[in-house]
Amino acid sequence: MNAIAPAVARSPKDYASDQEVRWCPGCGDYAILKAVQKTLADLNAATANTVFVSGIGCSSRFPYYLSTYGFHTIHGRAPAVATGVKLANPALDVWIVTGDGDGLSIGGNHMLHLLRRDLDVQVLLFNNEIYGLTKGQYSPTSRVGTRSPSSPGGSTERPVSPALFALGAGARFVARAVDVQQKPLVDVLKRAHAHPGTAFVEIYQNCIVYNDDVFAGFTDKAVAADNQIHVAHGQPLRFGRDGGRGLVLDTRSLRLTAVTLGDGGAAVADLLVHDETNPVLATMLAAMQPPDLPVALGVLYCDPAVATGMAAGTSAAAPPAFGSAELGERINALLHRGETWTVAPASGVNGGEARR
Amino acid sequence: MPSSPFRRKKLVAPMTSSAAALPPSAAASPRQALESAVVRFAGDSGDGIQLTGLRFAAATALAGNDLATFPDFPAEIRAPAGTTYGVSAFQINFGARAIKTSGDRPDVLVALNPAALKVELPTLKRGGIVIVDAGAFAERDLKRAGYAASPLADGSLDGYRLLAIDISRLTLEAVRPCGVSQHEALRCRNFWALGLVYWMFGRDRAPTQAWIGRRFADEPRLAQANATALDAGHVYGETGEVAPAFSVDAAPLAPGQYRVITGGEALALGLLTGAHLAGRPLVFASYPITPASPVLHAMSGWRAHGVTTLQAEDEIAAACAAIGASYAGAIGVTSSSGPGIALKSEAIGLAVTAELPLIVLDTQRAGPSTGMPTKTEQSDLNLALFGRHGEAPAVVLAARSPADAFDVAIEAVRLATRYMTPVYVLSDGYIANAAQPWAIPDVAALPPFPAHIRTDPQGYQPFARDAETLARDWAVPGTPGLEHRLGGLEKDATAGTISYDPANHQRMTELRAAKIARIADEIPAQVPDAGPERGRLAVVGWGSTWGPISRAVALLHQRGHGDVAHIHLRHLSPLPRNLGRLLEGFARTLVIEMNSGQLLQLIRGTYLSPAVGYQKVAGQPLTIEEVEAVLLQHWGADR
Ligand code: SF4
Repeated sequence: MNAIAPAVARSPKDYASDQEVRWCPGCGDYAILKAVQKTLADLNAATANTVFVSGIGCSSRFPYYLSTYGFHTIHGRAPAVATGVKLANPALDVWIVTGDGDGLSIGGNHMLHLLRRDLDVQVLLFNNEIYGLTKGQYSPTSRVGTRSPSSPGGSTERPVSPALFALGAGARFVARAVDVQQKPLVDVLKRAHAHPGTAFVEIYQNCIVYNDDVFAGFTDKAVAADNQIHVAHGQPLRFGRDGGRGLVLDTRSLRLTAVTLGDGGAAVADLLVHDETNPVLATMLAAMQPPDLPVALGVLYCDPAVATGMAAGTSAAAPPAFGSAELGERINALLHRGETWTVAPASGVNGGEARR
Repeated sequence: MPSSPFRRKKLVAPMTSSAAALPPSAAASPRQALESAVVRFAGDSGDGIQLTGLRFAAATALAGNDLATFPDFPAEIRAPAGTTYGVSAFQINFGARAIKTSGDRPDVLVALNPAALKVELPTLKRGGIVIVDAGAFAERDLKRAGYAASPLADGSLDGYRLLAIDISRLTLEAVRPCGVSQHEALRCRNFWALGLVYWMFGRDRAPTQAWIGRRFADEPRLAQANATALDAGHVYGETGEVAPAFSVDAAPLAPGQYRVITGGEALALGLLTGAHLAGRPLVFASYPITPASPVLHAMSGWRAHGVTTLQAEDEIAAACAAIGASYAGAIGVTSSSGPGIALKSEAIGLAVTAELPLIVLDTQRAGPSTGMPTKTEQSDLNLALFGRHGEAPAVVLAARSPADAFDVAIEAVRLATRYMTPVYVLSDGYIANAAQPWAIPDVAALPPFPAHIRTDPQGYQPFARDAETLARDWAVPGTPGLEHRLGGLEKDATAGTISYDPANHQRMTELRAAKIARIADEIPAQVPDAGPERGRLAVVGWGSTWGPISRAVALLHQRGHGDVAHIHLRHLSPLPRNLGRLLEGFARTLVIEMNSGQLLQLIRGTYLSPAVGYQKVAGQPLTIEEVEAVLLQHWGADR
């Protein structure tokens, strides 16, 4: 009943709702919205069959701005609500939109178990390393020393890495992108959509009001080439201006090391080749940080194994529909399961009967 | 024989239909006829007490008695053998009349070890019969139970009718030819004791023998040993002339096919049936908690019936997943006990404002906090009525007995889908585990109430309402043309888009309240369960106090106090339309409950009624005896 494909190809604006978008001007969320609408258009997604479920926070306003079905739920619980949606109707295409506070602080437990459950849904975690909607408190991804209204002396907890968290939770698809990098972001979203299981995408999102330029250390034009690496399956791990640098594995320390290619340096053949099916490599890539190593972007991990979690579904024959006479019969049989006996009318004599 | 602890029937020893089940020798010496009896089996957790009790219940059901049972498990999962905290017990009340509770004090106690005697003796009726396995009272056993001297010899059992029988030795001797080890032989003691109790009450052994054959189908030696022990205990009763013999006539049960059902099973079956009648799939999301888990266990086995279950990561996730399922067109159900319901509270607020059907089961236990997880209480009424942030009205129903839980679950699904609202169903530790005979309904004969799922995109407004019920349309993802955005933010009263308009919020608050209030127009008017519509004393209860109140009111009627009415509420929010008027017809309203007066406050506050209350918060069900005493006191209070 739910496989509805639109007859004509759609454009990104077909996925916009009639609601006025109310993020701060210049917020990274706008760019992500644009990329999602482009992705849906490229996928020719049926709005009727698509559901965006969000929690609470700036990012979680997302569903209001799409022409699909949307459910703006409560703080941290989008993974749990989305689980119910998907269980009730596995044919729906379910996307979860969350933030660093929503998804990794108040809702951290749900994120962990969503990834273990491995239902076929996409998670977009907008990481801006701050609480925006509540006016700028430090978040679970804020770096140590972040000064905020609730941490005037600088925050002291170590930040959680969303991608490492996801890998640690057993996620079978982990990717990263930057809000304003439209093409790679759309590519990653499409890969996430294609993955049969829970796909986790961390999106670096700039909060222009409370945490502006927090990612400038690797997104600024001046440093981007040296501090970012876009990984691609089967390709050497190369980055830097004109691809002049690359990653090798130092087998003595078992660490990734950045090397310079060419004259007196390493050859391309020495570089590590990205294997997105290798969870150990994915974990090393996810942990990289400037200045020594670049931030890894793209699909870090994609387990090609057949889904085994709840995404695997069931091979058993579909049960009869609720309300059907056939199910009524089955329920009747269930009611009579075990030992039953009959009280006969009038005589008052009881004929005992034991059934299994 | 000392004065009998039983309620004697006027006619002593008439041979009735149950005589067919009696052995010939017993028919020769007349049995004492009883209207009802309470038997309690107790022993170590390893003694097979629950199994023994369930077999006695099955035999008793087949004898045509009405009955109610209650298991009393130790709180510890594996307590050391022979200790008082490892005692497991099973109580059954059965009779020739309607039986509504598992009984106050036992008439017969079977104690298979000293610890069981120590723990259970205080509950035994004065003059009651106590059967002990004297072979299990060695010094070591006594010490483990904390006895300094043997209670069998020191006079502490004076005032009871003691049957100290070396059941261990008699069982060993009886089953020796079956080729079992000493250890295996001793494990048959429970069936020996059961055989004796069968003889005492004239129960038919054949169905139990057949059951033993099935249960131990793979181990014929054990099957034979247990069957032999059962027979040996029976023969001992027949020939030993030690144990007294009774008869309990069949009860006047309505014709039909019956089974024994616990409240937990009935809730699960009722929800499944309700979803079927609504024509919507069932998604059950829960997190393990005592004493609510039996519902999750039952549901988890019903995949072939279309039931989807989720053992969620926590209580909050369970509630949220149920809400997500409801949003997607299923009957979303979440189930827990008090501490878990408290955690779900925020999510239930979302279901209220999103106006989605959601069923919340609360199998109440003694609180606050971890409290006494295995003990029963009714202290979550206020939590269900008021335990949400903001103005968040919801429907609250309560089951009165295991069998009633089936009907209440169906009613919950009906109201949730018809009014697009969360519905709480209150059960408790007693109802969840107690078992009663249940006349099995025919699902095909139950009236269906198909839920309306909107498919027409023409003029769709997410918060436009049905004029009669005030319910909004259930428009589910997957339906073309009805794409909309739903959320916890306040919504425009028609379009459902975000609205901060003050007048709109006032209106939506009123609409949410009016929708729930309106349900009172269609639920049945409250009528007394027993007694007159006007009179001297109205006794008001809800939930599992139904059994003791109902029996106590019947006893007052027997005393000639016919002007006492028992009014038992199923609908607690909204309350039945006529309840205030009904109570005005009584000189006194007495509200009885297992909390500190939560319904009492509601009735006082709602109707400005000078109602008075009787409360017990001990983790124990009310006894008929105590309710009867309270009723007598209040019945006389206005003289
Ligand atoms: S507060 Fe920050 S994250 Fe929120 S909308 Fe404004 S810029 Fe975006």
